[in-house]
Amino acid sequence: MKIGKGEIIFAVIALFFVASFFYGMAVNPGSEFGGADGAAEGVITDVTGGYEPWVGNMGFEPPGGETESLLFALQAAIGAVVIGYFFGYYKGKGRSD
Amino acid sequence: MHIFEGFLPSPWWQLWFVFSIPVIMFGMYRLNKLVSERRDLLPLLAVAGAFIFVLSSLKLPSVTGSSSHPTGTGMAAIMFGPAVTAVLGVIVLLYQALFLAHGGLTTLGANVASMGIIGPLAAYLIYKAGMKANINFYVVVFFAATFADWITYVVTSTQLALAFPSQAGGFVGSLQAFLAIFATTQVPLAIMEGALTALIFKYIIQVKSDALVELKVISQETVNKIKGVSA
Repeated sequence: MKIGKGEIIFAVIALFFVASFFYGMAVNPGSEFGGADGAAEGVITDVTGGYEPWVGNMGFEPPGGETESLLFALQAAIGAVVIGYFFGYYKGKGRSD
Repeated sequence: MHIFEGFLPSPWWQLWFVFSIPVIMFGMYRLNKLVSERRDLLPLLAVAGAFIFVLSSLKLPSVTGSSSHPTGTGMAAIMFGPAVTAVLGVIVLLYQALFLAHGGLTTLGANVASMGIIGPLAAYLIYKAGMKANINFYVVVFFAATFADWITYVVTSTQLALAFPSQAGGFVGSLQAFLAIFATTQVPLAIMEGALTALIFKYIIQVKSDALVELKVISQETVNKIKGVSA
């Protein structure tokens, strides 16, 4: 696939995105860039004066950050393999037809 | 975006199930029909599902100093409609709830409502309106996917504000607090997702435009116009 207008526009937007991240690092010094859902938990605590979830986690809980990263990477890998496989399949099929 | 297990008190978690289950059932019906009648389109369905899988696993840092992830649902919504997207959303949300302790089973109804139904519905409506208005296909896809992502987080904020109105400001007060977290963090991510979705559509049109025509996502004339072929 040739590098066309679409790829260039995407690259520019991606560049802006990366730049906005560095800008975010500069305005929020010391931030760990934790999950937004964690921050929302803080708001819930503020609003209710300490909310206790009525039921705990029922699935498998990754024992730590490393295992969690593994499972997230696995999720991305499964998706990427499927996308790559079918794009390759269609591309090859298009050529042989 | 996921509302964690147990973080929606009664009656809210039940109400969101009541909202989501009929849509999921309708989506399964549509999916079954698609599987039995149009087996040749299944790879495209797999790609749409896989796209949600990849994007919702990417936790990206944002300007606000916190991280969040894109949803990837805009693509499926444009190709297969919001109901089928809801079913794909359930699969992803179950994976994350069961293996990653992100989201939860009791909050599944609420999370499907935001990520699987209302966000994709917004994408679908924007797409249809944009194509009717004869706007450039990629521009329409960009806006549809961007808003599918962003509206998801607006809905999540609304769901939390409904369940946790603040003492001082009530529902609106809480909503502002949640929007300040979710909606602002999500703006750059949503724009990024919109651009990526438009780029992927470029490749789909290159290798498999006939499938999109069959799904009535796009007309043959539009494909010809994009490919620069004079019909």
